[in-house]
Amino acid sequence: MDRRLLILSTIFFFAAVVRSVIALRARVFRRSPFSFVMIALGFALQTMFLSMRGHAVGRCPITNLFEVLIFLAWSIALIYMLVGPAYRLSLMGVFTAPLVLLVQLFALLAPIDTPHAIQVMPNALLEFHASISIIAYGVFALACVAGAMYLVQERQLKTHELRSIFYHLPPLPTLFSAITRLLWLGFALYTAGLISGFFTGEPVPWKKVVLAVAIWVLYGAILQGRYLRSFTPRRVAALCVGAFAAALSLLWSIEFVGHHA
Amino acid sequence: MKLFCIGLSHHTAQIETRERFAGHSRSEAMLHERGCRELVLLTTCNRVEIYCCAEHDLQTWDVADCLRVNGELTTEAELRSFYRYEDPDCARHFFRVTSGLDSMVVGETEILGQTKRAYEMARARRDTGPVLHRLCQRGFRVAKQVRTATEITRGSVSVGSVAVDLAEKIFGDLRGRKVLVLGAGETSEKTLRALSARGVSDLWVSNRSPQRAEELARALDGIAVPFALWLDQCREVDILISSTSSETQLLTPALIEPMLRERPDCPLFVIDIAVPRNAAPALNDLDGVYLYDIDSLQSIAKERMELRRQQFAAAEEIIAHHVTGFWEQIAKSLGDDFTTQRSGTGAVAPALRPSESQAS
Repeated sequence: MDRRLLILSTIFFFAAVVRSVIALRARVFRRSPFSFVMIALGFALQTMFLSMRGHAVGRCPITNLFEVLIFLAWSIALIYMLVGPAYRLSLMGVFTAPLVLLVQLFALLAPIDTPHAIQVMPNALLEFHASISIIAYGVFALACVAGAMYLVQERQLKTHELRSIFYHLPPLPTLFSAITRLLWLGFALYTAGLISGFFTGEPVPWKKVVLAVAIWVLYGAILQGRYLRSFTPRRVAALCVGAFAAALSLLWSIEFVGHHA
Repeated sequence: MKLFCIGLSHHTAQIETRERFAGHSRSEAMLHERGCRELVLLTTCNRVEIYCCAEHDLQTWDVADCLRVNGELTTEAELRSFYRYEDPDCARHFFRVTSGLDSMVVGETEILGQTKRAYEMARARRDTGPVLHRLCQRGFRVAKQVRTATEITRGSVSVGSVAVDLAEKIFGDLRGRKVLVLGAGETSEKTLRALSARGVSDLWVSNRSPQRAEELARALDGIAVPFALWLDQCREVDILISSTSSETQLLTPALIEPMLRERPDCPLFVIDIAVPRNAAPALNDLDGVYLYDIDSLQSIAKERMELRRQQFAAAEEIIAHHVTGFWEQIAKSLGDDFTTQRSGTGAVAPALRPSESQAS
């Protein structure tokens, strides 16, 4: 039953992507709340799935890579719904839906939903550490989306090939301001996640810590480069996209909550 | 019962005529005396129109008399500036007006606000009834639909407005931005005026002939800079408009790149409208520099114009659909009153005064 909820949710995200592709290819870009509604419906089903899975495993449902990816897709959808309207980035849905779809499709298709043989007692701090870190990933994902939007808009301005979407995308400074704020928010959450990881009472997995710190340093360097004005806005946007790809790869190395015992 | 619109606009009358028939404090009362049951008076800088619902037809000259500002008699030539739309044609015209299709700059949205204000004023005077209330409400809906479903209100169709659109995408808010014009030609003046209209207030003009630079600077409340010193000003400039007759390239990467290093966060928008070009094309390869020459600006303007033309048909289709819907709605609720339901035949020629009719 829970997987069926997820499949239905994926269909909603797919519908949002189809609409995005049609909108982007059209000579005339038409705004519509369709993408937002589809993402909201997909998000509602993800929430139901995570709630059912949480009850089944008796803890925050991030006990294997499958659940982590679904939790990440849920975080991205959540941050989009919180951030998109606030920054008046209504087009963000057009760029967010494909990302959520990719993450969720991979989670569904790959044989990664393996139940853990060893049952451990729930650890509140460990769950806080894991969930806050994944939400930070969600924020970085949105920074990546805003970065992609910036690059698209900037490229149109450079090449003089103005598609219909040009007139609907926000000005470069608006996009850049969204990127910067998302980076700071993501960085703060990620830092909280990283620090809380040392206080879980579990043995410290040093390999994982090194990778997590590497990602922290990467985002910190982007912010520092920005703070010192040594990176141009375009470079920051491109780095946001690249850094998120690197951060995603870290997920492979994560030792899941259930493995900690 | 008849629904009709009588008026004149930039399409049919010069500004002097529009001023003469702009309406006055007694216009509404006079129109009511002549039989207008419901009445909306729309006066903007480009049009003066009355939308009226009456038991019987009002003659155009009668309406002109009510709108006339001074006492002089309306001439036949002035009367011929008036148009008249009846029943479904009146609805079609109103929907075209609210959607900006009848505007001087097709697709502009200011007219919607002006129509809304005219309606609100009529409503406050209790001049609207079931017909004009429905007409106006539907007109506002049509305008919204046309705006969202077509690109008619988007994009610019002149070099100056394309430059402004691009500048807004590069800088966001244009207020406080600094513009330097090299070479005070006609196109650069138009572009400068367009930028100034969107809030750019820090305008600098440099020209080989200092007199012309000073003239333009004075006209736009800017500052003239000696041509020998333009490069010093360049360091703080956000938008650089170049239109000198120089045969060598004035703006090269070697010249601009060191300046950009001093201001990593500030993009530079270069509008090169000179032929031969003043800026080296390689300038566009620099990070943070957006170079547009006259050809690229014109080609964007042309593309937008073509798109707008295509969107015109789509907008007219939406309007036609709403005209039918509106007329069906009116016929359904007020059917007996609206016995004559003629199909659209366009503007009706204004009726002349009996005396003028005999004379002609």
